[in-house]
Amino acid sequence: MAESNFDLTLGPLQFNWPAQKFVDFYAAVADEAPVDRVVIGELVCSKRAPFYADRLPEAIERLERGGKQVLLGSLALVTLERERRAARETFDQTAHEVEINDLTLMNWVRGDKPFSVGPLVNVYNEATLAFLAGRGARRVCLPPELPFASVETIAKASRDIGVGIEVWAYGRMPLAISGRCYHARARGLSKDSCQFVCDKDPDGLPTKTLDGVEFLAINGVQTLSFKYANLILDLDRLADAGVAGLRLSPHSGDFIAVAKAFAGVCEGRISPQEGLFRLRRAAPQAEFTDGFLFGDCGAAPLPAF
Amino acid sequence: MNAIPQLPPMGAAALRLAPLAPLSFVAARFARSLGRRHPALFARLGEEADKIFLIDPTDLPLAFRLLPRPEAPRLEAVRREAAGSWDARVAGPLAALIGLVHGAYDGDALFFSRDLVIEGDTSAVLALRNAIDNEEMDLAHEAAALFGPFESLARRPALELAAFAARWTGVALTRPGQGTRE
Amino acid sequence: MTAPRSIELICPAGTPAALRGAVEAGAHAVYCGFNDETNARNFPGLNFSREEMAEAIKFAHNHGAKVLVALNTFPRAGTFWRWSKAVDDCARFGADAVILADLGLLDYAARRDCGLRLHLSVQAAAANADAINFYARTFGVKRVVLPRVLTVQEIAAINREIDAETEVFIFGGLCVMAEGRCSLSSYATGKSPNMNGACSPASHVEYREAGGHLVSRLGGFAINRVAAGQPAPYPTLCKGVFEAGDYKGHVFEDPVSLDAAALIPQLNEAGVTALKIEGRQRSRAYTEAVVRSFRRALDDHAAGRPIAAGDLRALTEGQQTTSGAYRKTWR
Repeated sequence: MAESNFDLTLGPLQFNWPAQKFVDFYAAVADEAPVDRVVIGELVCSKRAPFYADRLPEAIERLERGGKQVLLGSLALVTLERERRAARETFDQTAHEVEINDLTLMNWVRGDKPFSVGPLVNVYNEATLAFLAGRGARRVCLPPELPFASVETIAKASRDIGVGIEVWAYGRMPLAISGRCYHARARGLSKDSCQFVCDKDPDGLPTKTLDGVEFLAINGVQTLSFKYANLILDLDRLADAGVAGLRLSPHSGDFIAVAKAFAGVCEGRISPQEGLFRLRRAAPQAEFTDGFLFGDCGAAPLPAF
Repeated sequence: MNAIPQLPPMGAAALRLAPLAPLSFVAARFARSLGRRHPALFARLGEEADKIFLIDPTDLPLAFRLLPRPEAPRLEAVRREAAGSWDARVAGPLAALIGLVHGAYDGDALFFSRDLVIEGDTSAVLALRNAIDNEEMDLAHEAAALFGPFESLARRPALELAAFAARWTGVALTRPGQGTRE
Repeated sequence: MTAPRSIELICPAGTPAALRGAVEAGAHAVYCGFNDETNARNFPGLNFSREEMAEAIKFAHNHGAKVLVALNTFPRAGTFWRWSKAVDDCARFGADAVILADLGLLDYAARRDCGLRLHLSVQAAAANADAINFYARTFGVKRVVLPRVLTVQEIAAINREIDAETEVFIFGGLCVMAEGRCSLSSYATGKSPNMNGACSPASHVEYREAGGHLVSRLGGFAINRVAAGQPAPYPTLCKGVFEAGDYKGHVFEDPVSLDAAALIPQLNEAGVTALKIEGRQRSRAYTEAVVRSFRRALDDHAAGRPIAAGDLRALTEGQQTTSGAYRKTWR
């Protein structure tokens, strides 16, 4: 494919990884991953944050030294008192740009400080985009469930108001967030005494149907798709639509290879097919889909080529 | 919810021997009359009006094919084994099916309790159920309406017959609170 | 204890007949939607044409009840006009409020300033005081329907910090996920509550009876298998049976329904303005029975009488009830 000008954004880690693995991952990203922006911070469960909070400055510093723009990501569902406090502090006490994943944070946006909007905020149309842009949003990652026609319309509108549109291009997709922890429930525990069992599953706990079909993946209070989004075959269409950025969501395994495959296709150095081949090698266990954008449903398999 | 009455086997046995032709004749007239009296029902069905429904009272030896075409609605009595093809089947005790029409029962509740079985085109079944639920129909009144200009004469005997049949079978043929006193 | 403040009972209506039934059974207000994608119960054969809505509002007003119109899906890009026109029509028909979730639509309704009262739908999932204050300050939202993830204590705390009324679900179907933030349905079917107004759309549901077992599939995925005589659930993914590691069963939630009648006094103490009954997809038989039962409970409570236990279990999914997230153990 021809060269295209996508920014690559590394989304916030969705999973509960040990602090050392967390730090090592971001160090590798800083040094080797050809991504432009990195969103970092706890997205899923506020109980996980203390495990790596003291390692966060070191990870951020390393990323910035590696030339990445670092954004602080917010929690997806803010309910508790301490979560509200943390949400406010995210905005008030950082020099970094913030990516909001819960509209609670709209309370703290100020006209003089641009912010980004994550894929867990419901931006389904150009009117919502215009509202957020008016409040200072300059980058919006669209919810993964949007069909391509909506992406096209919103991306077209984004050009006139100076907002960059990003789509979820790689990784298990966030499908739902809840007050209840399913990891704890599956192990007969309550959320308050969960023993952090979600750390057993670095990419989520696969969930099968009665027919034995791999279908979803549980990640604490979050429910993910079993399949990994993978838009590497669709970059031409996305570029034509005016999409500005691609979001890659962290997984275990050789994630640097994932970022390099996308960068390679974006820069026109390798073909989309070669890119897909490399992604299959980097994540041999993953099943890929681009169904929300181009198929009948979010779980539709990638078309054969 | 109380247990759903089942038609006594004797009644079912009698129907097994009955010829279908007269039943189908009445059913056809009934459908045409419905079409005239309840146009909103067909509007609510939308494109689901093109479907074929098998209404299957499990305690009867026969079933009904319903083709709710707005311009010419059809209802035919059929033997279950010769029902032909259909898009959607709704099966349950006659009392449950009639109770749905009368708004005495809730369709979802009958489904939860397994008194109602749905097969085939679920969308079509939902549309039919919702359309009927909005009509606040009373089958005894609908039956009386078959007598056209003599409807007012027919209503009282129809309701009395319905009440008698209800006592005998346990199947309510009029809407709750709409008995013979009306 | 001070005398209980009066609580409004908000009741569902999927059809004009159900609306009349709800009003006659004692609803203080009825919520309903147009027959298109603008509301989150866009089911076949359900909902109100423009003419039916205008008449329903007149009927309710003549009987002293209010009508709240749900326009609580997220407008499809490129067809925003369909949703904005629905807001305009509600104003024209004299609806008492519109229930909205989308930021763009809230912005439109607020700027149009047509005198319509704005309620925030549960689909907006505003789960804390800061989020609610944002909506109240920015759009003039007067009432917020709280997501079903909060305990009674959390609801009380929220009410102390906000300048809007709160409405909570008291009975009916139970979303386990934060509402308006769930794409499980579209992952399996391509249709979602947010975009199409239908969770687990009937068009993608398949039931098969085999050997007394009822197997339900959604978009081809087997999500439930119930033995003869066992209650059947709705074909929603969050009530399905799955295998996750060593666990096999209802990974997300058992097929149960919410019944928080016993918590009416506590919810009243917590400062809740209105109690909402779920079920616009249900028949008028359900509507009338549930509304009557809860109106009696509210009247009992207002008069200082103990609330008599109603038994609506037969009407509920799973034929069992739960008080859901209102008690912390649910999480």
